[in-house]
Amino acid sequence: MNHHVLPVRTYVLIWLILIVATGTTLGVAYIDLGPWNIVVALAIAFTKMSLVVLFFMHVKQQTNLTKLFVVAGFVFLGILICVAMTDYSTRTWLPQGKMW
Amino acid sequence: MSDQAVPIEQHSPYLKHHFDDLGQQLDSSTLGMWVFLLTEIMFFGGMFGAYTIYRSMYPDAFASTSRHMIPWLGGINTAVLICSSLTMALAVRSAQIGKRSLIRIFLILTMIFGAAFIAVKFTEYYLHWKDHLVPWAGFQYPEAPQFFHQAQILFCFYFFMTGFHALHMFVGLGLLTWLLIKNQRISFGEEYYSPVEIVGLYWHFVDIVWIFLFPLLYLIGAHS
Repeated sequence: MNHHVLPVRTYVLIWLILIVATGTTLGVAYIDLGPWNIVVALAIAFTKMSLVVLFFMHVKQQTNLTKLFVVAGFVFLGILICVAMTDYSTRTWLPQGKMW
Repeated sequence: MSDQAVPIEQHSPYLKHHFDDLGQQLDSSTLGMWVFLLTEIMFFGGMFGAYTIYRSMYPDAFASTSRHMIPWLGGINTAVLICSSLTMALAVRSAQIGKRSLIRIFLILTMIFGAAFIAVKFTEYYLHWKDHLVPWAGFQYPEAPQFFHQAQILFCFYFFMTGFHALHMFVGLGLLTWLLIKNQRISFGEEYYSPVEIVGLYWHFVDIVWIFLFPLLYLIGAHS
């Protein structure tokens, strides 16, 4: 078979990192970093997601076609959110039209 | 057109006739599952997108709801779900090496963690219900009446997003039960373990959704 069996310690190590990262998310949320709170929270969440996808979901060992599909999914989600936000966050930039 | 008998090749009983070999079969199943998971990403993505827009519109109202969330319960649930992902990954590994009793143990552990998650989640729902925080069902927001309407938007997102997540957990528990039964009937092993792998992909995906829901819903204004 073409799939290599990962050692148990890899899974346990990833689990440990995920647990520590969850604790960090919880701890950092109580420190006021202004606009950086959400940035840190999402950066940790993206790191956790990458670890789960690469190791628990074995994407690291999958074919390039599967990897392409996985990346495409997240890219399209990024497009959805970014394009929606460019609209909503710039609506107030234009001068308000005169009401009749 | 010759009359010569074609030699019959022995192949694994698990190999479907339209695949070349078991490796190709597993890769195809995996790709197919990922295509399904992409539709799930877009399903939850729509809600995450709408959440992002409303949060950018009403940041103060959304932050004011934080004191009604119970971050430590959410944190415990995140840890419970991560533990369930570990046991699921180990169940897949046990299937890869063909250890039936280990598969059973890890599947049952995964189900216990999954059930514990749902139990904590519904306890939270009950507490929110008691605190009159369910939109359009006697919603009350006396400490910040100016946010009465906007806070309900956040609670709508909260109940829909965590609700759909919980629904996925129930489906996952069903799939695990199916795997437990299948594990008794056939021998998973090096040559055939794709059902365990595929259910594993689903379970980890549901875990990833929660990894984002936890900071976004529970910890919005925890620092203020």
